[in-house]
Amino acid sequence: MSYREGDPIADTRAPAGPLETRWERRRFAARLVNPANRRKLTVVVVGTGLAGGSAAATLGELGYNVLSFCYQDSPRRAHSIAAQGGINAAKNYAGDGDSVHRLFHDTIKGGDFRSRESNVHRLAEVSTSIIDQCVAQGVPFAREYGGLLDTRSFGGAQVSRTFYARGQTGQQLLLGAYQALARQIHAGTVRSHPRTEMLDLVVADGRARGVVVRDLVTGEISTHLADAVVLATGGYGNVFHLSTNAKGCNTTAIWRAHKRGALFANPCYTQIHPTCIPVSGDHQSKLTLMSESLRNDGRVWVPVQAGDDRPPNRIPEDERDYYLERMYPSFGNLVPRDIASRAAKAVCDAGRGVGPGGLGVYLDFADAIERLGRASVAARYGNLFEMYQRITDEDPYQVPMRIYPAVHYTMGGLWVDYDLRATIPGLFVIGEANFSDHGANRLGASALMQGLADGYFVLPAVIGDYLADGPFGPVGADAVSEAESAVRDLVTTLLSIDGDRTPESFHRELGRLMWDLCGMERSEEGLHKALDRIPSLREEFWRRVKVTGSGAELNQALEKAGRVADFLELAELMCVDALHRTESCGGHFRVESQTADGDARRDDDHFAYVAAWEFTGVGEPPVLHHEHLRFEAVRPTVRSYK
Amino acid sequence: MYWTTRPRRSYRGRMAVTSPAPVRPEKPVAQGFPRRLWASTVGKKAVMAVTGAILFGYLLAHMIGNLTIFFGDIDGYGVFLRRLLAPVLGYGGLVWVIRAVLVLAVVLHMTAAIQLARRSARARPVGYAKRPRAQGGYAARTMRWGGVIIALFVGYHLLDLTAGVLNPHGVDGQIHANVVADFRHWYVVAAYTLAVVALGFHLRHGLWSGLRSLGRAPSRSAAAALVVALVITIGFLSVPYAVLFGIVR
Amino acid sequence: MKYTLRVWRQTGPTATGSLVEYEVDDVTPDMSFLEMLDVLNERLQLAGDAPVAFDHDCREGICGACGVMIDGVAHGPGKATTTCQLHMRQFDPARPIVIEPWRAAPFPVVRDLVVDRSALDRVIEAGGYISTRTGAAPDAHALPVAKPDADTAFEAAACIGCGACVAACPNGSSMLFTAAKTTHLGALPQGQPERFTRARTMVETQDDLGFGGCTLTGECTAVCPKGIPLSTIARLNHDVLTAAMRGD
Repeated sequence: MSYREGDPIADTRAPAGPLETRWERRRFAARLVNPANRRKLTVVVVGTGLAGGSAAATLGELGYNVLSFCYQDSPRRAHSIAAQGGINAAKNYAGDGDSVHRLFHDTIKGGDFRSRESNVHRLAEVSTSIIDQCVAQGVPFAREYGGLLDTRSFGGAQVSRTFYARGQTGQQLLLGAYQALARQIHAGTVRSHPRTEMLDLVVADGRARGVVVRDLVTGEISTHLADAVVLATGGYGNVFHLSTNAKGCNTTAIWRAHKRGALFANPCYTQIHPTCIPVSGDHQSKLTLMSESLRNDGRVWVPVQAGDDRPPNRIPEDERDYYLERMYPSFGNLVPRDIASRAAKAVCDAGRGVGPGGLGVYLDFADAIERLGRASVAARYGNLFEMYQRITDEDPYQVPMRIYPAVHYTMGGLWVDYDLRATIPGLFVIGEANFSDHGANRLGASALMQGLADGYFVLPAVIGDYLADGPFGPVGADAVSEAESAVRDLVTTLLSIDGDRTPESFHRELGRLMWDLCGMERSEEGLHKALDRIPSLREEFWRRVKVTGSGAELNQALEKAGRVADFLELAELMCVDALHRTESCGGHFRVESQTADGDARRDDDHFAYVAAWEFTGVGEPPVLHHEHLRFEAVRPTVRSYK
Repeated sequence: MYWTTRPRRSYRGRMAVTSPAPVRPEKPVAQGFPRRLWASTVGKKAVMAVTGAILFGYLLAHMIGNLTIFFGDIDGYGVFLRRLLAPVLGYGGLVWVIRAVLVLAVVLHMTAAIQLARRSARARPVGYAKRPRAQGGYAARTMRWGGVIIALFVGYHLLDLTAGVLNPHGVDGQIHANVVADFRHWYVVAAYTLAVVALGFHLRHGLWSGLRSLGRAPSRSAAAALVVALVITIGFLSVPYAVLFGIVR
Repeated sequence: MKYTLRVWRQTGPTATGSLVEYEVDDVTPDMSFLEMLDVLNERLQLAGDAPVAFDHDCREGICGACGVMIDGVAHGPGKATTTCQLHMRQFDPARPIVIEPWRAAPFPVVRDLVVDRSALDRVIEAGGYISTRTGAAPDAHALPVAKPDADTAFEAAACIGCGACVAACPNGSSMLFTAAKTTHLGALPQGQPERFTRARTMVETQDDLGFGGCTLTGECTAVCPKGIPLSTIARLNHDVLTAAMRGD
């Protein structure tokens, strides 16, 4: 499938002038809503993760009438809860030379110069308030004996700016946001709708005015109207079927908003995390991430000889290839995520992988145990070792761990301007669901920072500027009935096909296809192949899917089928985007664009832009709108970790 | 603004949601400490802990009193108790005061226990088809049945050695003779043993959990509770067995 | 390997349910328990039957969505484990596995193994937070927290709200859940101003919702996937009694 060129995006609403004061000036310029008028304004917030939970709580606190939705049985279960590592903030508590500007600089560079300077600078500015806010809420961050907050260096950063709560940082931050939300629910400013899935966006008179949802318990389809809609529904990594995302994570909310006119930016930017537990069999439902910190002491290797199936402890030292240390002598095992992942794929493709299917590399702690002693290793990584042993039944103290990369985060998402507005007026997108801050690659411990920055500080500060024009008056019956009947039709169709394949089997097939052809490495040939096969798989889906039961009950097969249907459309756009971007950058690696050493070769002359795609119909060529990126504070350089 | 324009039937449920939800009224705090205490399950457990502690204190004194059968004149001990504070309360007055306190403690202890047990039954109307041996301790699971056994026993015990109605000898004030008349029979000793062992279990968990019900979780309290429960059990059983084996005549 | 399951099937909240026996083939030892149910469900769907509904999401033991009674033990065999972290190698194929939903009056069955645990949300809404306004916080270092207090708070904050404590408790009490939250917040200096009222309102709410009273049987902590200690309950009792004395 090809695409058409559209007009470039003219205005990102980012203030001009000095970078350091843009956010301050924007906040001052934003109109305010009189406190007495706020309760007359309704805001729908879909998703209750770090971004959605914090946004709903803060908007409720400001006095808006907030409707909060999540598909989980409680807002507390959103997948932000599974983040392990930590959250970055430019507090410079370690006194090691960190600053807002340095965090800004690192994030732009880490994103491989594919993000917007204004947004990233704002993120770095706001980061410090996040820590203050969370501590005030009672988030139990790790502390030193003196009682002050502890920080660590994460993902190869040269400063200690990562705040953490053991390996459960995401959980503790999310519970903080959830509790703030619970307080507002109790106060009556937020109405919570758990086990409710958004299935369409209501657009009336050019404005986003509500959502069509399905009550997952009763199956009732209903419309909730509002003056603004905020999507905080996370990423779409589950398009690959196997990922570190939760089983329920899906693209439905943002994809259906995209189909209603919101542009989708950079869909091909996906982050692959190098240290996950490898796939064990066909029935695998989920990949488990092992904290990146393991690479601080573990050594990655594979046998020199392809097809060497001796147990690892019987392979002598000179027949092992510590390939990261060999290829990247200065960073060794600590190279960034994308590089470590790709190197693992390369050795496995060469037939030197270990474990079932040859899809794994060793992460060996024998040296660390010898050097530090078993007790020290246990103190640092004990809980991770235990988790590994529980899943694989192998003891990492005795035999090396096996790891393999897995899809972890999607940098792409709905396009938003500086005010987090999507291209449909009244539609705001925050957190992983938008594309805004991470460019082509996200730094470790930055996802939590962005989610909370958007939810606590950015959205509440700018949404008033839009709502100051409201309330927006009655919504025409047509817009509501059109959206509702589209959803009803979809449900009816899915239930009536009565084919011979489960939704899960289509998801598995799509995921494998995407992983092979649009995963860690993309090639023109592979992407063409994917673009050839996805439409036929989609066609087969609508002919052969079998969804049992009815629409008027708790029907998990129906939920799944609807989500897979959307993945089947999104996958195509991802491949189109990946095919059109013939450079390699961050999480997007094109085999055609690499250096002689096999490193990514970025093409700033042709691709220093955000690719924002417009939907024109299923299977129809999308329209590409460029947002050109201008770098004033940072000069794009080549990332090198040799 | 939150509304919908179509007066369709299926919308009616949502039409109600046109204005922000009313702020939930905070429940007023109950007036007076006893009411506030009795209002919650935690308070009721605290009442059980305090009344349990009173009953435990009585048991301790009772046991020490019993042991006078080995070292002295138990009938004299009975007289001594009745003469205590006699100038103020009259002869035997203190005993009646103690009895009143005990009755109040038992009533509160049992009322709270029954209310909590009924609440538990309501909280799990449908049980599990398969439920193996519980994970927690044996003593913890026998509190309710143990309590019932103890209550039945106390009734018998009062009729036996206080009122003397069920005692083979049954003469008021002749404590020693009454006790010996009782425990010459193996079945009386068996009944007492059953009850005292149940009491031991009850105390072991009761002492430990009572501390927690009152908000204290001292270290090694489980071991301490076990030792105290054993001392009480052995102390109480020593008299019947001493009679049965002819050590006390 | 082949396993025999006896699974609770119930089509809706008001329907009567029963245990239904299934056999699942082609189970491998490294399959997780929920993956084994996935296999069963795919087979049921292809046969035109309704798959077994069960709650699950992250499948890595942190979201708290999953949770069933396996052979009468909440989250099944294995200490400090959620249902999603169980693997089939822990089960003997010769013995049928009985799978039931959490049972408690405040947790009505929605369908099959899915129960409605929103009562736990109500308990948190009743006071399981520190009242602070976004953006009004002092610098994070303005308030140092002694390490022992931070550790106590953290240990309690690990609760994932799965409801296993309620399911296992013979009294159907949510005390460990509530105590985990009051201990987390009450151990921190930030949480002091609301400490006693919080304990009171949360306990009042759990009582009103129909949970049983705690009798410290210890069944909860034995199955808690995060190992929340029973000492949190003593702390909660202390706070509630203090509130009663002070009239908070």
